[in-house]
Amino acid sequence: MKTAVVVFPGSNCDRDLAVALEEVTGKKPEMVWHGDTALPDGVGLIAVPGGFSYGDYLRSGAMAARSPIMRAVADKAGAGVPVLGVCNGFQILTEAGLLPGALMRNAGLDFVCRDVALTVDTAQTAFTRRYAAGETIKVPVAHHDGNYVADQETLDRLEGEGRVAFRYAEEVNGSARRIAGILNDAGNVLGMMPHPERRIEAAHGGTEGRRLFEGLLDLVA
Amino acid sequence: MKLRIYVTLKPGVLDPQGKAIEHALTGLGFPGIEGARVGKLIELEVADSTDDAQIDAMCRQLLANTVIENYRVERA
Repeated sequence: MKTAVVVFPGSNCDRDLAVALEEVTGKKPEMVWHGDTALPDGVGLIAVPGGFSYGDYLRSGAMAARSPIMRAVADKAGAGVPVLGVCNGFQILTEAGLLPGALMRNAGLDFVCRDVALTVDTAQTAFTRRYAAGETIKVPVAHHDGNYVADQETLDRLEGEGRVAFRYAEEVNGSARRIAGILNDAGNVLGMMPHPERRIEAAHGGTEGRRLFEGLLDLVA
Repeated sequence: MKLRIYVTLKPGVLDPQGKAIEHALTGLGFPGIEGARVGKLIELEVADSTDDAQIDAMCRQLLANTVIENYRVERA
């Protein structure tokens, strides 16, 4: 599978994602710069990494969401290509309008950087097919703005349509309904605050994140 | 032309920073602190020919996230 990682000024998990994708797919992903206007032909997965793109100026993800490459990401997403946004990547995807809602400052105001327990809400998605619904996994978070906010109607719709992929199994950041990761209506765009790419090898303390990438690989290989 | 654009959180959106400020002021001994909300002030210098529709588009497309924020424009 051909994959791509979008790199913004201030991204800092782009290399972690690249390593994870290479380990799982056996091929180095293409690193695509924010100022580029096109993604590689035939790309099977686009990853939008964590970090502090544009120094979190204005709002986390706000500037990155308006950068040239994001038009190409939106086009590919519209054509059904899987897009994974992690942490700042999730913030960027909401700011770009590819996912509903917004990520606000953590309710406790603290930067939260630790392993958290997540519940897999549904296994019926391209991203979670290698997990069991209801399964609890440990994945690290590292964010200041992970407090997911949306209006009640949007939250009800996300839940009703099986578009909540992951929830925090413990209180982490004040997120509405403990949402940690959501999908778009077509199911090919996932945004999540926790970092599956940091749980790929046993040396990371666990490999729970690896199955997310393996599941995608099965699907598009 | 100078514009002042005030970006504020929508009513009902929880503002942890505002809450912290509220508590800090109370902690400093100021009585009667009943609430605090944090917003942004953006000062823009634009050509005099810039019309309302353009200003509105700037606010909607970038300056405010209308999922969580309202905006108000003042011409200085």
